[in-house]
Amino acid sequence: MTDVLLHIENLNVSYRGAGHSAHIIDGVDITIGRGQSVGLVGESGSGKSTVAFTLLGLLADNAEISANRAAFDGRGTKLTSAETARLRGTDIAMVFQDPMTALNPMFTIGTQLVDIQRRRFPKESRRALWARAEAVLSDVGLQDAAQRMHRYPHEFSGGMRQRVVIAMALLVEPKLLIADEPTTALDATVEAQVVEMLHRLRQRTVASMLVVSHSMGLIAELCDSVIVMYAGTVVENGKVTDVLHHPHHPYTRALLNCEIDPYAAFDRRQDLATIPGTVPDPANRPQGCIFAERCPSRHDRCSEKPPRRQAKTGQSFFCWLEAA
Amino acid sequence: MRSASLQIHLAFKLVTALLAVAGSVVLLMALTRLIPGDPATVILGSRATPEAVAALNARIGLDKPLIEQVFRFFGRLVSGDLGEDVFNGRPVIALVAAALPNTVALAVSAMLCAIALGVPLALISARWPGGRTDRLIAFLSVGFISTPSFVVSVFLLMMFSVKLRWFPVLGAGNSGDIGDQLWHLALPTAALAAGWIGYIARLLRASLLEVLGENQIRTLRAYGVSEAKILIKYALKPAILPTVAVLGMGFGELLGGAVFAEVIFNRPGLGSLIYDAIRTRNYPVVQGGVFVIVLLYVLTNLIADLSQSLLDPRERARLVSGRQQQ
Amino acid sequence: MTVLHDLSRRPGGTFALFAVTLLCLVAIAAPLIAPYGPNAIAPASRFMDPSLQHLLGTDHLGRDILSRLIYGARIALGISLSVIAISLTTGVALGVAAALSSRVVDLFIVGIFDVVTSFPSIILALALVAVFGPGLGNVVLLVSIVFIPHFGRVARAQTIAIRNSPFIEAERVLGAETWRVVLHHVTPNIIGPIFVLACMDIPVVITIEAGLSFLGLGVRPPLASWGNLLNDGYTYLDQSVWLATFSGLSLILATLGFALLGEALRDTLDPKLRKSL
Repeated sequence: MTDVLLHIENLNVSYRGAGHSAHIIDGVDITIGRGQSVGLVGESGSGKSTVAFTLLGLLADNAEISANRAAFDGRGTKLTSAETARLRGTDIAMVFQDPMTALNPMFTIGTQLVDIQRRRFPKESRRALWARAEAVLSDVGLQDAAQRMHRYPHEFSGGMRQRVVIAMALLVEPKLLIADEPTTALDATVEAQVVEMLHRLRQRTVASMLVVSHSMGLIAELCDSVIVMYAGTVVENGKVTDVLHHPHHPYTRALLNCEIDPYAAFDRRQDLATIPGTVPDPANRPQGCIFAERCPSRHDRCSEKPPRRQAKTGQSFFCWLEAA
Repeated sequence: MRSASLQIHLAFKLVTALLAVAGSVVLLMALTRLIPGDPATVILGSRATPEAVAALNARIGLDKPLIEQVFRFFGRLVSGDLGEDVFNGRPVIALVAAALPNTVALAVSAMLCAIALGVPLALISARWPGGRTDRLIAFLSVGFISTPSFVVSVFLLMMFSVKLRWFPVLGAGNSGDIGDQLWHLALPTAALAAGWIGYIARLLRASLLEVLGENQIRTLRAYGVSEAKILIKYALKPAILPTVAVLGMGFGELLGGAVFAEVIFNRPGLGSLIYDAIRTRNYPVVQGGVFVIVLLYVLTNLIADLSQSLLDPRERARLVSGRQQQ
Repeated sequence: MTVLHDLSRRPGGTFALFAVTLLCLVAIAAPLIAPYGPNAIAPASRFMDPSLQHLLGTDHLGRDILSRLIYGARIALGISLSVIAISLTTGVALGVAAALSSRVVDLFIVGIFDVVTSFPSIILALALVAVFGPGLGNVVLLVSIVFIPHFGRVARAQTIAIRNSPFIEAERVLGAETWRVVLHHVTPNIIGPIFVLACMDIPVVITIEAGLSFLGLGVRPPLASWGNLLNDGYTYLDQSVWLATFSGLSLILATLGFALLGEALRDTLDPKLRKSL
């Protein structure tokens, strides 16, 4: 049994529309070790959610997926819809972004928590599954779990619903737990609670975790390593501490710049940092470095695709800049 | 305090329904007054002696203002009096009571048939949208919806009764013999149900597709819940709500269509009662019959409306607590 | 016109256009294309099967079925268009008036709409005909009453939606009269939905008129309403099936054609309407 749970080399995803093709993911490599927590960070449109959805086969029917090599849990896979469908609710579980719409309003959460377990435990009785669900609900911090099982989603607040959704993921005891923007749709106070819960989870479970977020801060708290994505390409990846403290790619630096430090002294003269320009159109990807258009340090070489480089601190990044 | 809002809501709906019924009665009464010529004379026809005319005027209240006539109608309604048949004096209420079960049986069986066929068709269409089956069902649906039910009735009669002699031609079958009655019910039911099968199939399909695109379905898919289970359990329940509302309205249209079915297939019922009464100018019977139909229509609309509220847990909670829930 | 182009791309759109155009042409050119007069009785040639002389056969009085159907198209289209015209103008007028008047007037008009719609449409038509008697003119006027609330409600809803808009306020502040301003803005908003509604109501009107005539309570024979023809066909079903068959098919063609057209129009003009209609 290897240490590597998930390994994908050169992942490419395009959507074929009427007469054109949008290239969403370009040459992404992703490796997740057993028990490891990896973060996927990038702005909207960077394709990070798409990568997550690809693993579960939840993309639209007109998506074309290809990879040089892909393996999950030691078994090679072609990432076809049939193969990924087999992983759903058994080996991989996903916590979606918006807890308010993630649950069916017409059924009790108990019913839903039972039904999602059936793939994983097909032989168990409803009563057994109900009991399991109740236990895990308590674990995630919901009081009166027994009573709450009989309630409908609209009777729960946003934070509570997020706990329910996380409980769902835990119930199937996955090897890989994917959290897609777990705190984006939540208030700040609730966000803190959920982060705390995810922390405790990490300590208790042996599952690997993939956290998709636009917030470096969240990833810094929850992950061991991070992959920085921009417009469907990986620009930098490595250990969280390395990337955070010694960012090498201009985009990573700009991204970190944008984060506001709530504890820093307030400087009236300084504007909020932004990255000028917009994300390129996936139907018209530029040749060469994907970030060149918006990069403050671009030069002539950048019209060619940059090579993979290894930083002294350990992470890898894709840039032409010397001695970054 | 908790149940007060539910009661208020129910009361409000009930009051509006009653007002609609009252309004239709006013309309019916007003119509009687608008009969060209002297209403009473026209109604009595060849038996219009001055005494009879005066008596009828007093009886119906045509000699008093409209308001009084309306009140008198409701007053007598409470005691179960809907007036009398002009020709043989039989109480209208008795005629209607005898005819009503036949019509209700026809309408209910047509509705059940439409649901039994329409729902599976919608499920199949939503499971493979855009596919060949879906397109075929869609085409047939529009065809069924727009075709007038009496055309379907005549065609069915032509094909199955006259040419093939499979089904009986006319009548409702021998009373007391359920089998025979069901046999006679088959063709009229098919004729009435045809349009509604198409309607339900399309409406439900659209609802289902909308629900299937929602996030909560994506969650279920992400956990490997089977498509069949998603469709039949989790998507059907939310999707069926708009259809339920429409079915209430549909029942009224079915009652209207029953008129044709009963005339064409020579079945006894409210429809043929009203039809014969119109031809013989038996206005009290027309009035009584139409009133009962309106009552049924308003009632079924009310039930459909309420059940829509009660089937959705969010609506239930909102009604009970009186506050807007998330 | 792009609308026509979009229409023909939709499934059933081409068929609908074809059917409706055919019907309109037939209705307009009836005297020119009908091989016989609609009332040409010929007792010697009753119940004839379709032949070269009588393409669709003859009825119980020896009249040519094809000719009667052609004139029937005239009646069906003529009546339905008249009914729609009347109920559209009256309904829209009432609806807009209701939205712009005092609460009491509004409630009153809405009440009338509610009362009219508390009857199933056929039943209301029957009740009205019971009082006023059958006949061409009566049918047009009475059936119009049934459809007034359809247009009235849509017009009222649209007017309400915009009567408090900021741009209305702005124009009023500048001194324009409310009703003039609203009319100016309401009309473009209304035209789309009303037009689609009118198209989708045409098959319903055709059905009601044919239904009334079928029962002998509509257009009076010997006028060749398809409903009358179907009734004759039904009465003499034992002798000959052709009258019933072809009159039934004509009704199906007309209702299907207009229904598909209405749907195609609705989807082409405004996809958002799909939910409200």
